[in-house]
Amino acid sequence: MSLCHALASGMGGIRTAGDLVARMQLRKMRLPEAKRYVADKLGIAEIDLTDSTVLRQLREELDIGIVSGVPGAAKGIEAKARIADLLEVPIPCVERLWAKTGRPTLGSPPSPHFRPHAST
Amino acid sequence: MLTLMGGGYRVEMKRSDTMTVMRTRMGDGYAVSMTRDELHQDLRAGSEDAARRARIPVLDDADVERLAEIFSHRGRITGVDPGHEVVLTKDGCANTLYNGQMSSGVGIPLSREQGIRIMERAFGFDTMEVGNPDYSFKPAKPLLALEQLTMEQAQLDCIVPLFYGAMPNMGLYYRPDGPFANPADLLPDGRIEEARAAQMEAIERLREDMLYMGRGLAEAGADGIDFDTTASAGDAEFLATLQAVETLAGSTDMAIEVGMATELVLGFHGELEYAGTRLAGLWPHQQLRVVEAAGAHIFGPAVTTNTSRSAPWNVARACTFVKECSRLATIPVHANVGMGVGGVPTVEVQPNDIVTRAGVALVEVGRADGL
Repeated sequence: MSLCHALASGMGGIRTAGDLVARMQLRKMRLPEAKRYVADKLGIAEIDLTDSTVLRQLREELDIGIVSGVPGAAKGIEAKARIADLLEVPIPCVERLWAKTGRPTLGSPPSPHFRPHAST
Repeated sequence: MLTLMGGGYRVEMKRSDTMTVMRTRMGDGYAVSMTRDELHQDLRAGSEDAARRARIPVLDDADVERLAEIFSHRGRITGVDPGHEVVLTKDGCANTLYNGQMSSGVGIPLSREQGIRIMERAFGFDTMEVGNPDYSFKPAKPLLALEQLTMEQAQLDCIVPLFYGAMPNMGLYYRPDGPFANPADLLPDGRIEEARAAQMEAIERLREDMLYMGRGLAEAGADGIDFDTTASAGDAEFLATLQAVETLAGSTDMAIEVGMATELVLGFHGELEYAGTRLAGLWPHQQLRVVEAAGAHIFGPAVTTNTSRSAPWNVARACTFVKECSRLATIPVHANVGMGVGGVPTVEVQPNDIVTRAGVALVEVGRADGL
């Protein structure tokens, strides 16, 4: 049943930008605002947020986690650390990682290892 | 011939062969045929039922036409228009995979970490949850350390936001399952004050258990916490949950989702208030207000399916409640669309035709921010 909803109405998670829009809703953004925010950060039109062809390539360029199993691509918390920088939102488990490793948390200057969008 | 099948028996009704007939279902999942006129009648009747009870606007003509379009769609399943996709916040962890009939699960032997990975990667969910197979705060509380470990490990591996989910389920705090006297036994005997006293005791215990779990999961790095089927035991459970939400919202970085149990908060106590609002008798658009006041980030209205009515009737009714919530909300509204809510039939194996139509309707007509 839940798979039905995912196919019929869902944004598509990490196949597309569903997880990113979800993260903004966790900050109380209503859907239109959350979509607009994420589209701006990704540099794409809002209609492309659920386009798996566009997002598969873009997510790999930004290295923010892709749905396919590809060696070398950011996985799990690696991807979330990059998502936190991209969206400029704190992610609790990433903050915890930084605290445990003595690294700066969100609000500090971006990590020198963060690769900006290919077009910037 | 119009054939109605419900509860195992059949009623035959004669009508003109020239009428256009479409196939849909009843709220109990059984198939039924309807003419287009009957479809419109049921859509309007469902909306009027919600509007009359909650004193909210009925769906307008454009909404009814859109619902008729959704239900008249010839395909087995349907979907939202491109660009109208919404966020799905998944409840129940991956229990639909590894749990049994109790959770509408299919009994595949998987760990929770494996289930989360499958839901994220194979099924494309936007968020996921860690939850105990016995999906209530009371049985999960002694296992907090295990829940924290699962959350920590899953957070290393997954990319989607990961909630911790559980039901307040205050009924577990009453005898015979818990220590407190059971209002369901006291109220029929007219022992109202004793029933209220028992509920006040249970509020304290439930709130402390939810705070204990919430703080623990926040330490483990949870992105959020989901209070599922809130107010299933009425206004006392709703109050305990709102108090826990208020405390966690002010002291942790977790997002907080409050999913309700049904469209009306039952007044087993009857005189409990939160932020100056009496909780007994609240409808979804009113529940939304107190949930927002408590500091929650996402509100999940629930509308119970009437198994004696058609799916169109139920879906129109649900859309009427949810549309009013969406109009008033300052936080995202994620309508509940599990078994027996949101117009989804109350049947063990949910029919995909109605499930997709219910979800699409709540997005396109109910204007939900998510499901």
